[in-house]
Amino acid sequence: MAEKTTHYYVPEQSPWPFITAIALFLVAFGAANFIQQNSGSGLVTNEGSSGSYILPLGILGILVMMFVWFRDTIRESLANMNSAQMDRSYRMGMLWFIFSEVMFFGAFFGALFYVRILAVPWLGGAGEEAMTHELLWPNFQAMWPLTLTPGGATTEAMPAWGLPFLNTVLLVSSSITLTIAHHALVAGQRNRLLVSLFITLVLGFAFLFFQVEEYVHAYTEMGLTLDAGIYGSTFFMLTGFHGMHVTIGATMLTIMFLRALKGNLTPDNHFAFEASAWYWHFVDVVWLFLFVCVYWL
Amino acid sequence: MGEHHGPMKGIKRWLFATNHKDIGAMYLWFSFIMFLTGGFMAMIIRAELMYPGLQLVDPNFFNQMTTTHGLIMVFGAVMPAFVGLANYMVPMMIGAPDMALPRLNNWSFWILPFAFSLLIIAIIQSFLGIADAPNFGWTFYAPLSTKYGPASTDFFIFSVHMMGVSSIMGAVNVIVTIFNLRAPGMTLMKMPLFVWTWLITAFLLIAVMPVLAGAVTMMLTDRHFGTSFFDAAGGGDPVLFQHVFWFFGHPEVYIMILPAFGIVSAIIPTFARKPLFGYASMVYATASIAFLSFVVWAHHMFTVGLPLAGNLFYMYMTMLIAVPTGVKVFNWVATMWKGAMTFEVPMLFAIAFVVLFTIGGFSGLMLAITPVDQQYHDTYFVVAHFHYVLVTGAVFSIVAGVYYWLPKWTGRMYNIGLAKLHFWSSLIFVNLLFFPMHFVGLAGMPRRYSDYSLQFADFNWWISIGGFGFGLSQLILLWILIEVCFRKKGEPVSDQVWDGAEGLEWTLPSPVPYHSFTTPPVIK
Repeated sequence: MAEKTTHYYVPEQSPWPFITAIALFLVAFGAANFIQQNSGSGLVTNEGSSGSYILPLGILGILVMMFVWFRDTIRESLANMNSAQMDRSYRMGMLWFIFSEVMFFGAFFGALFYVRILAVPWLGGAGEEAMTHELLWPNFQAMWPLTLTPGGATTEAMPAWGLPFLNTVLLVSSSITLTIAHHALVAGQRNRLLVSLFITLVLGFAFLFFQVEEYVHAYTEMGLTLDAGIYGSTFFMLTGFHGMHVTIGATMLTIMFLRALKGNLTPDNHFAFEASAWYWHFVDVVWLFLFVCVYWL
Repeated sequence: MGEHHGPMKGIKRWLFATNHKDIGAMYLWFSFIMFLTGGFMAMIIRAELMYPGLQLVDPNFFNQMTTTHGLIMVFGAVMPAFVGLANYMVPMMIGAPDMALPRLNNWSFWILPFAFSLLIIAIIQSFLGIADAPNFGWTFYAPLSTKYGPASTDFFIFSVHMMGVSSIMGAVNVIVTIFNLRAPGMTLMKMPLFVWTWLITAFLLIAVMPVLAGAVTMMLTDRHFGTSFFDAAGGGDPVLFQHVFWFFGHPEVYIMILPAFGIVSAIIPTFARKPLFGYASMVYATASIAFLSFVVWAHHMFTVGLPLAGNLFYMYMTMLIAVPTGVKVFNWVATMWKGAMTFEVPMLFAIAFVVLFTIGGFSGLMLAITPVDQQYHDTYFVVAHFHYVLVTGAVFSIVAGVYYWLPKWTGRMYNIGLAKLHFWSSLIFVNLLFFPMHFVGLAGMPRRYSDYSLQFADFNWWISIGGFGFGLSQLILLWILIEVCFRKKGEPVSDQVWDGAEGLEWTLPSPVPYHSFTTPPVIK
């Protein structure tokens, strides 16, 4: 017994990482081709290239690889091959990965604060930039949300207390129901776990539905588009990447729901559930910052 | 399970690798190939600049060479070499069986060749006259890289995304390994300095590579989806690009030097036969440098018209970095002081590192002074500065590390005579290459041009001679490595290898068995 626990465990070799690297290459190569073929602004055009086949192939490859790679890991876990040390490695790995995601959003929040606090006021002549204002766009008025750009593009600002507030309520509630689900899992209460996880999923997908609704409204009625200047750029970049992360988180939780139905999450072995829950809470916190900095103030 | 499985046979051992030494070796070979590739591009640059006027390549291709040379050396040569050394050495140094997440480790590595193939394809296309490769400098400032970037810029953007994924996953792995897989008794303040510097480097990587991903993503949307992040007409600002880029870029330069500090801190005590002077202060100095690296980025931007308060803040913060760096150099010198010194090849490179890196540090201090920098900005003085810290700093430390640990890896001693020849020819030519750049820079020769004014001609001729000499010297290293690794030449070495070497890696047999430690070693 003592020997067994002090012996280090190293997992078997696996073909999946290498194939995943190929799939990632196809995504990158395909996406670059696809965007050059299909983007409206047309800085460069690359007619007749193969992006529309390679990109989906790469994405499919990544999905299949995730399935088989995680399947192997789950099997090893169910076969009790993972030590407590391995479990700690997974936890730490997930937390550091989430930290990297925080920094990714940090880049866009940084851009938002920079343009709001410095770039836009400078274009309007603030600080030492009176001549910048005078020489470039003397008629430009600095304001935020920037509804009239120096170049003349106009848009409306997205109000905070309609759909965005509803979405805040949805997402915060989903974090609460997810915590209830987690407690139920630890306590071994299967029904409470399934019900509260299901409610979490409903709330998450409702959030995504309203987000799409908001985008449609922005594009068709408000003139708030990616082309509408820096307000639209920061708005869509931040909410768009957030929405993408909600989609990823909701997918993870859906898989957790299916695994819970199958009964392979146990009170003392459910790292995947915790990792998904951490991810969901992270996405929730990002939204709170978004609501305050993008919509409200 | 466990101790019975050996490596798979043939190519599968490498494609499906989970072993930290196999993956480390692949990282190191990959980085060496990239080093020679990027070096070849540097040869083209120096050949063009050997004489004034245009003789070899057209200016556009020249710009593509400087751009790709920089990108390949930073992301393809120096960073993967350090990751390779971390993979190979960190588990051995802390008494672990392997890296914490071995399959993720393999993914991190195999992303790299694919990511760089996107860049190399662009260069080959350009060489064949099909399309332009990226030509906006390795810093890819907007709007050169957005509005005016060639079509291959989009491939470059996704290539950077892939490198980012690789670096982040690699760094997560290193951090988790160090936090979770240390043998019992290996407390944090007992860890070898290489492990400490890599822990902090990995933290920097996780903190800034996502920001780089954000920067290239904004480039992509500015290019194709109509956003105006870097376009003042839409309320954005091209200077925003520089802020985002250098928020990544400055920690990045410490990512490329902190592990070097760790390697040198392992080698100097061995050959001075004294423990490292001021171990704790080395740890704190490394952490201070890492912390300061987040608040100095705009010293790359003293000429873009920041507010005065901004310029002053970044000047003072930058000068502060000289304090912890000075602590380090002092400690290395103090370690050698009254030591029983011998001058084996790793020690030669390590001492050259201390002297020449310090020169790079001093020129950095000159560049930190805002009004002075406004004169030096974008001249060859800057090129001299960062090549002193990156070539005679980072690259010399990597070579020192390879000469130090190669006998442990292979079980054989390399050809010491050839290795000394490699050292002396590298040392002489590298200084002939980079030292005169200080003078032509101070005299006003701008960087990133394929031609120059006639008064710089003599210096540039000598610089090019230094460049060719330094480039050719690296073929000696290639030959040494081929002899030891593939032709299996060289005397067998003991487990200890070097008299004064201390650390867990020297308690393992040479060459190291497939699983480094199968049970945790006892730490004194």
